[in-house]
Amino acid sequence: MNKLLSKIEPSGIRRFFDIIERFGDVISLGVGEPDFQVDWNIREEAIYCIEKGATRYTSNQGLLELREEISRNIVKNQKIYYDPEREILVTCGVSQGLDLALRTILNPGDEVIIIEPCYVAYKPLTILSYGRPVVLKTSEENSFKIDLDELKRKISNKTKAIILNYPNNPTGMSFSKNELKEIADIANEFNLYIISDEIYDKLTYDRKHITIAKYIKEKVIYLNGFSKAYSMTGFRIGYICCDEELLRNMLKIHQYSMLCAPTISQYAAIEALRNEEKILRKILPEYKARRNYVYKRLNEMGLKAILPDGAFYIFPSIRSIGIESEKFSERLLFEKRVAVVPGNAFGEDYKYNIRISYANDMKKLKIAMDRIEEFVKEILKLKEEIK
Amino acid sequence: MEDELLQILESNPDICPEDLSKILNKDKKEIENKLKELESKGIIKKKYIINWEKIGIDRVYALIKVKVSPERGRGYDKVAERIARFNEVRAVYLISGEYDLEIIVEGKSLKEIASFVSNKLATLDGVKSTVTHFILKKYKENGEIFFEEEKDYRLKISL
Repeated sequence: MNKLLSKIEPSGIRRFFDIIERFGDVISLGVGEPDFQVDWNIREEAIYCIEKGATRYTSNQGLLELREEISRNIVKNQKIYYDPEREILVTCGVSQGLDLALRTILNPGDEVIIIEPCYVAYKPLTILSYGRPVVLKTSEENSFKIDLDELKRKISNKTKAIILNYPNNPTGMSFSKNELKEIADIANEFNLYIISDEIYDKLTYDRKHITIAKYIKEKVIYLNGFSKAYSMTGFRIGYICCDEELLRNMLKIHQYSMLCAPTISQYAAIEALRNEEKILRKILPEYKARRNYVYKRLNEMGLKAILPDGAFYIFPSIRSIGIESEKFSERLLFEKRVAVVPGNAFGEDYKYNIRISYANDMKKLKIAMDRIEEFVKEILKLKEEIK
Repeated sequence: MEDELLQILESNPDICPEDLSKILNKDKKEIENKLKELESKGIIKKKYIINWEKIGIDRVYALIKVKVSPERGRGYDKVAERIARFNEVRAVYLISGEYDLEIIVEGKSLKEIASFVSNKLATLDGVKSTVTHFILKKYKENGEIFFEEEKDYRLKISL
């Protein structure tokens, strides 16, 4: 057995997740994918592909037509240009993009700075690429902002890259223009790569998302995909944009380990980009309304939460309730039939947070919020009585 | 706030003022007043879409194209407005192309609609000719799908 695997803990939370799947009538706020269906234009295109037989391998790098669409989309949204011939690679989602990026840049023992709380894959994938994850923690007190001095202190002569994810899963927080510039400056100063997972970029509610590639393009490995804005989770399709030489090396891995991203998904992705405005017009106001609603409800019931900039998550503190999030989540499930994700799934320090996904319609969110409020009141009342 | 409010109402027609006040971070009273204002101005209107077929009550609908002679000074408005006043008429559109108006008529039976067309519609001053298409089945109306909804295939938990 590969010795590295012993370093990767099977998530203890898995057990809890298995229990949830057994409950039929649960309202789940634990879902990491949109509730909106994939737009019919996209699905119809996928069906048409199968009908006409466009189901063969594509070039390793992905359909040029798709890469051109991606390039145009980034120019349109971010005003920076990636050459579709040399700087864009179509992947099986951001997950594979991340794996490729790490395998391409890391030598055994190299360090990667990971900012917690974060998505669960960053650490294990770094380890599997013979890297060493170095965790930089952010805290609720600082609105989950990065302390730049602390970031600098985490950098050693082994540090190869920083992984960013914004808007963030699980907090929904994003970076401001200035923060991005400062991070870019540090990367420049210490000659580090920035692996920037911007999968939730389109789901930003109060301002425009800015990619860090705008400030330090040559050192950024930009990861994005179609799962969140277009709900195409099961299509498994995403892309990497980066420097030509890096991309050439990534292709060496990709061509032998994946060959190419699924062809049908690639055609569907072209259609997604061509329908972007129409799709976003429908979902953005709805997500924003839900975000505002859930944020208000949680704070009113005493679960302090920071207003997320984007994505469809909110990461309230349950410290005032006085029980840890695994216990909290389990009891909430058993007693009120509402599922949430314990905060420690995203970093061991976040024992007093829960991740709530508002990828559910308003009606369900309302019922779920009512139930959580009831639950919180009951616990606080009991605590009061014991005193 | 108006744009945002209307967008929310469109996708959540039965949302209450209290929830709207949370979403828009405004006073509940202010929201209630705004809703009243929008209603009185005719910007919003609440209406249920009922799928009568589902409970076995048959209603017959016909889509009727009408050729009319426009009137000097008022164009198509006069005749269109006259048609629109009939209770059995659900919708009236001025359309481009071979015909001038398209209307949707509701009735209890084919006979009822046929009699409306021959006795009322076709005999109106200014109506030159009509062509009636009975609606055989409704698949979608006002953006609502009338066939089986898609189930939620998502896992209950995903990170």
